[in-house]
Amino acid sequence: MEGTIHTLQEYMFRTETITYILIVIALFAITFFWKFLNGRDDEE
Amino acid sequence: MSDEASTTKSYLTPFNIIAGIIVIIGLFITALRFTKGLGAVTNLSDNNPWGIWIGFDLLVGVALAAGGYVTSAAVYIFGMKRYHSAVRPAILTGFLGYALVVVALNYDVGRPWRLPFPFIVQQGTTSLLFEVAACVALYLTVLFIEFTPAAMEWLGLKRARNIVVKLTLLLTIFGVILSTLHQSSLGALFLIAPSKLHPLWYSPYLPVFFFVSSIIAGLSMVIFESTLSHRYFADKMDEAHLKEKDDIALGFGKAASLVLAGYFIIKVIGISEGNNWHLLGTSYGLWFLVELFGFVALPCFLYAVGVREKKLKLIKWTAVLTVLGIIVNRFNICLVAFNWHLPSSERYFPHWMEIGISVFLVTAGLIAFRFIVTRMPILYAHPDYPEEH
Repeated sequence: MEGTIHTLQEYMFRTETITYILIVIALFAITFFWKFLNGRDDEE
Repeated sequence: MSDEASTTKSYLTPFNIIAGIIVIIGLFITALRFTKGLGAVTNLSDNNPWGIWIGFDLLVGVALAAGGYVTSAAVYIFGMKRYHSAVRPAILTGFLGYALVVVALNYDVGRPWRLPFPFIVQQGTTSLLFEVAACVALYLTVLFIEFTPAAMEWLGLKRARNIVVKLTLLLTIFGVILSTLHQSSLGALFLIAPSKLHPLWYSPYLPVFFFVSSIIAGLSMVIFESTLSHRYFADKMDEAHLKEKDDIALGFGKAASLVLAGYFIIKVIGISEGNNWHLLGTSYGLWFLVELFGFVALPCFLYAVGVREKKLKLIKWTAVLTVLGIIVNRFNICLVAFNWHLPSSERYFPHWMEIGISVFLVTAGLIAFRFIVTRMPILYAHPDYPEEH
């Protein structure tokens, strides 16, 4: 069945792949969030 | 006669009447607890040995008392002197919070006279509870020493006060280390129960979640406490406190927003690491999403908007939402998601007397806070020591 995990290697591969993608997204998101948070201060 | 009448009237305020009733009921339940045992006043059982005295009084109490180490670290370690006026109220809140945690523990443990046993009879150094006990005991002592300069200024003990003030940096560093250790260890306590805690809340990163969320709780509590102090004790505040009040809300709001963003990210990574995406569609998953978006993402965004647009009212209400979020999180981990697989008949719901004791302890904290703030230099600089403020 598609999506079924049989081995620890498969489990680690799937979870780590998704996690690494999420971390990259988070790094970009936090940069934009920082700019949003400090936007008005920078303008002043 | 008229003097007598005015004195009687001044004591019969709504706060005093309500607090008096709660204290009388609390003392009655306390007598029952210590004469008839835990079974007479609680719904605790072998399946549910930790109820709201742990979930609320201890886990929430310790998290919300984190304002002490967060504020003193910001001022004395990171050099943010503009928040100096927030230190004493935060230390006082932290000290009272931890003191009540220890009082609550005496109600919760079966044989409270054995509380010092880890230190004098059996060390049990491999136990997380030993680490928590040691850190809480030491940190309560640190908070007490950090609080004493205010009491000494009030009592006129100049020399002793000056000695303690010289220890400020040392105590702050010690306090931060101890807080880092036991805030995270409280989360680590649940690592032993992967089969009992719902997978969405269980994570190997629980210690990190607890520590990071304690910073958020501390920052939000300082804003919340400052708002209440300004409302009810404005006459006790000096010019510096009144002037720095808005800066504290903006600065701490910004820090809380950023830490909340980080906390949101690590919580999502926690789902990913546990491969628990499929559980988000269940009823527990929906409640998890309410916690994640309603009490983490939403306050993060509201804090950011409040700081950006300098809307102080929004920041203050967001602090209330965040504090509620911390309570929801600790309740979820200790009560709601714990023993989630048990049938509803075997699930725990607190006895009214358990809730009564928790309300009694919070009320005792408020009474003590009011007693100290109205007498000691907490919200104002003592005229004999102006250079310190």
